Amino acid sequence: MSGLLFLIPIALFMGLLGLLAFVWALKSGQFDDLDGAAQRILLEEDEEEERPARE
Amino acid sequence: MNAASPTCAVPTAPSGANGAAIEALPYVRRDPKSDLLRLDLVVEGVHCAACIRRIEGRLKRLPGVKDARLNLSSRRLSVAFEGAPERARAIVTAVEELGYRAVPFDPARLEGADAAAEKELLLCLAVAGFAAGNIMLLAVSVWSGHFVGMGEATRTLLHWFEALIALPAIAFAGRPFFRSALSALRAGHTNMDVPISLAVLLAPAVSLFETIRMGEHAYFDSAVTLLFFLLIGRYLDRRARGAARAAVARLLALRAQAVMRLEPDGTTRPVRPDDLAPGDEIVVATGERVGVDGAVVEGRSELDTSLVTGETVPQPVEPGSRVFAGTVNLGAPLRVRVTAVGEGTLLAEIVRLMEAAEQRRSRFVALADRVARLYAPFVHTLAALTFLGWLWWGAGWHFALMSALAVLIITCPCALGLAVPAVQVIAAGRLMRSGILIKSATALERFARIDTVVFDKTGTLTSGQMTLAAIDHGTQEDLEAAAMLARSSRHPLARALAAAAGPGPSASGVEEVAGMGLRWHGPDGEWRLGRRGFAAEVPDDDAPGAELWFTRPNRPSVRFRFHDPLRLDAAAVVATLKARGLAIELLSGDRRATVAGVAQSLGIARWQAELSPAQKVARLEELARAGRKVLMVGDGLNDAPSLAAAYVSLSPASAVDIAQTAADAVFQGKRLAPVLEVLEVARRAEWLVRQNIAFSILYNLCAVPLAVFGYVTPLVAAIAMSTSSLVVVSNSFRLQWSARGALALDAPAAKGRLGSAV
Repeated sequence: MSGLLFLIPIALFMGLLGLLAFVWALKSGQFDDLDGAAQRILLEEDEEEERPARE
Repeated sequence: MNAASPTCAVPTAPSGANGAAIEALPYVRRDPKSDLLRLDLVVEGVHCAACIRRIEGRLKRLPGVKDARLNLSSRRLSVAFEGAPERARAIVTAVEELGYRAVPFDPARLEGADAAAEKELLLCLAVAGFAAGNIMLLAVSVWSGHFVGMGEATRTLLHWFEALIALPAIAFAGRPFFRSALSALRAGHTNMDVPISLAVLLAPAVSLFETIRMGEHAYFDSAVTLLFFLLIGRYLDRRARGAARAAVARLLALRAQAVMRLEPDGTTRPVRPDDLAPGDEIVVATGERVGVDGAVVEGRSELDTSLVTGETVPQPVEPGSRVFAGTVNLGAPLRVRVTAVGEGTLLAEIVRLMEAAEQRRSRFVALADRVARLYAPFVHTLAALTFLGWLWWGAGWHFALMSALAVLIITCPCALGLAVPAVQVIAAGRLMRSGILIKSATALERFARIDTVVFDKTGTLTSGQMTLAAIDHGTQEDLEAAAMLARSSRHPLARALAAAAGPGPSASGVEEVAGMGLRWHGPDGEWRLGRRGFAAEVPDDDAPGAELWFTRPNRPSVRFRFHDPLRLDAAAVVATLKARGLAIELLSGDRRATVAGVAQSLGIARWQAELSPAQKVARLEELARAGRKVLMVGDGLNDAPSLAAAYVSLSPASAVDIAQTAADAVFQGKRLAPVLEVLEVARRAEWLVRQNIAFSILYNLCAVPLAVFGYVTPLVAAIAMSTSSLVVVSNSFRLQWSARGALALDAPAAKGRLGSAV
């Protein structure tokens, strides 16, 4: 039973970590454009590299 | 206004032909953090990843642009750039060159408090979700422990952990409910949030007490799970309405046009209508919309006032005449002095009427709140009786208190709290996909109860756009000849003529005589197309409707008559509404003859013409006194007070701003069929809401005796609550699955009428 004494706090800590990650994601605007996020995965990554070449 | 065409391959062409584009410069802000300049644009016609790449890629290649981000959900483009603020113009031009319409806007004005409230709810939801998950983990251990003989010390330890998570979580995530319950109690009545708050507060309080005395049962899990479920419903509900309001605001922002202000040095500059001060003078070109209220200083012309008064015949104006925002200048350019909105203007009168109508309209109490008003006192009395009953029976105050608490928890209106939002979210989402935006929280319930539909004519039953109706004393050949002149003009009637003739050659060297018409030196002499007196020497016969005359040498003058055609499906929609037993009325500000014609062709027996805004409101109130529940459909400035006065109201997206603001819902597109769809979805939603409420009450009737007699342990409470919530939510999803075919125009008669109307 003494295992509970550290297993429960560990479980809680990890849950809390998840909550904080969500709060961070919310505050940094990652939930502002759900439709856009769904479409952006279709964009090709190398577009950003194209830019310095042109400048 | 076509904000959401289904295909993406062909971006919409810039439709800024009518009037100048909004000057981007006043919208440029300096970001204090990064010291970059920021410009926000509403972009029309973006749908997919290709649009994102096209726009962002193009902008990032512009000199000075540091970042460009397109938000596909809100159709907003935010650009950060450095250097001169004037670069904003190049940014707007670049987006428009790609084929998307872009209009600058002020983010602070478009967002408001809605977004902040939505974020707060989401945060509460996250906290409640986290707490519910972790507490359930511990609670399941405790429940299992009941069967395998968990020691008292271990159980109490687990209870303490539950309390540690639950108490702060409830204090944080319960705030939206506590606030609403408090304000209801202060106002002297109860709503659904009162019993919710009570249960959510009492359950942990008693559980804490139980934990301290090392008792067997703690209800922390019930309280937090309840909160979690309710927050889901609350958040989705808020988001659906927030999205609808944002969409309406976006449509209005897209339509905003600059007005041409006359500067002291005689030049004109495009500015926002908001930036004008009383006393400024603006120039309104031919075919342009008047952007402000004011008085004509110079010029004689005719105005299309159909959006303001409902009248389809153009109104002549001269120096000194009042003009209103929303009218279209059909004739010569005008110089207009901006006046403040003062007493005595039409707009001030409309606003006064609207406020009065809104005050007189009895406040609609949502079904859920009406149920709560009966439910809350009943439940609380029952809990008190349980407590007193057990005391009287001699069961000891601890058992009595726990039983009373179990009653409160088991009757906590979890399913009841979800019954309405679950259905509304699905209904609103479904309507939104077909271009109908529900703005008001209780609109759906009100739509479901109407028994009378009152239509405005111009712009509602009709398309609001002039089209060629007839050619007098002429042939198709005359039309094609006239169209050669008309194609070079921006005048609305000339455009309608050109549209009727279809594609064809355009004469070169056409001269436009402002306010009169068009002149062209043809091979056989001078051709003229324009108003009576300029293009033809005929006496005024006071014929109804707008007209153009066309004269060529040695030929009789030809008259083109224009009218405002009915929306394609107007007849079918009216027939269907009638077939469903709704009373139909037509209230218009237009002339008798025109209204009579429309009423007859649609088969509307009750109609009134030449009504002032006040008379329209009076008629609606007369209907309300007779016990009728009226749906008002209208689009004009003159309809705004009636929209506010009606039981529930609907307005097309082409309506004036003030009408869209007053209406409970806005529909897009050229058809009238959304009226049917709203009513159909509302009726189905109402039916599902009633089912849900009936189920929740039935569930309570079954569960309450268990609680009263002390059989409800936390485990039973958790199972009962989750099941009832799941049943209610799944039942609501039936609204989404119902076949679309059920919404099509019914009645075979409607088909015949649709055919004849086309």
